[in-house]
Amino acid sequence: MQIFINDSAFEVPEKASAEQALVTFGAKPPFALAVNGQFVAQGQYQHLALQDGDRLDILSPIQGG
Amino acid sequence: MSVEELSAKEQIRYSRQLMLDGFGMDAQLRLKNATLLVVGCGGLGSPALMYLASSGIGRLRLMDDDLVELSNLQRQVLFKVNHLGQPKAKAAAKVLASLNNEIAVEAIVTRADANNLDELVNDSDLVLDCSDNFATRYAVNRSCYAQKKPLVSAAASGFNAHLAYFDFRRAASPCYECVFPEREDNPSDNCATQGVIAPLLGIIGAQQALLAIQCILGTGETGVVHSYNAHTLGQKQFKLPKDPDCDCCGK
Ligand SMILES: [Zn+2]
Repeated sequence: MQIFINDSAFEVPEKASAEQALVTFGAKPPFALAVNGQFVAQGQYQHLALQDGDRLDILSPIQGG
Repeated sequence: MSVEELSAKEQIRYSRQLMLDGFGMDAQLRLKNATLLVVGCGGLGSPALMYLASSGIGRLRLMDDDLVELSNLQRQVLFKVNHLGQPKAKAAAKVLASLNNEIAVEAIVTRADANNLDELVNDSDLVLDCSDNFATRYAVNRSCYAQKKPLVSAAASGFNAHLAYFDFRRAASPCYECVFPEREDNPSDNCATQGVIAPLLGIIGAQQALLAIQCILGTGETGVVHSYNAHTLGQKQFKLPKDPDCDCCGK
C-alpha cells in the first residue's frame, strides 16, 4: 500500500506499523510523528497499524529563534 | 487596576483595530490591560514585539541577556547599527517605546532560567517563547505549566519553523514536552550553525503576535502545532493530545 511521509510517497506492506514506516523512511531521532494531522505518542509507534493513503509527518525539534 | 477607557489619541492610534468586526473597544481595552513576558528579543522576538507594541499591549516585559551583534542585523529587525554592543532587551525597549508611547516596556537583562522565571511568569497574563536554545524552552514550558499561564511558543532555523499555543489555564492542555520531550540527543543546530532565512522570522514572529492577541481575546485554540516550510510557503497544522507519560504535564 502507499503512504506519504513528509509529502513523499512510499510503498509499505499492508497493515505496516508506524514504526516500520519510520524505519523505511530512515527517520533519525529525536523527532515527533503525526499521522493524518494528529501527533502520536512514541509508545504507540509499534502498535499503530497504518492504512493505505495515510499521511505521516516527521518533525524534528528546532531550538533557534 | 484595569484601565476602562482609551484616550482620544489612543482611539485614533488604534482606529483600524477598533473598527474591526468582532474587535472594538472591549478588545482594545483587554490588550491595554494585558502584561506579556517575552523571552528572547532576537529573530522571532523582534517582529512579534513590534506588532504587540504597535497593537497596544499595555505592558511588555522583555527578557534577554545577549548583546546586539553585527550578525544579528540580517533578521533581528528591531536593531539598528547604532545598537551594536548594547543589551538586546534595553535596545529593544527603547525602540518599542518610541514605536508606541502609550504602553509600558520593561527590559530585563537576565538569562531566563528555572530560578528566575516563576515570579516573572506569575506576574504575566501570557508568555511568548522567542528563545534560541532548548534549555530555555524547557524552562519556560515548565514554568508556564506550573504557574498555569498560557504560552505561545515558536522556533525557527534554516527554512523551517514551529509554532504552538498552550493554554495551561485548561487542565487538558498538552505542553511543549508532549511533542518534543527533553532528550540528551536533541539537535545542536541553531541559527549560528545552520543559518536561517530572514523573512521566516517575520512570518513566524508575526504569527506569535497574532496568537498572543487571540489568547488575550480568548479565541486561541490550545494544543495545535503549526509547522512552516519556507521553501514551499506551506503551513501544516497538527493536533497535539496531552501525553499521559509526559515528564512535565503527565502523571
Ligand atoms: Zn506535556
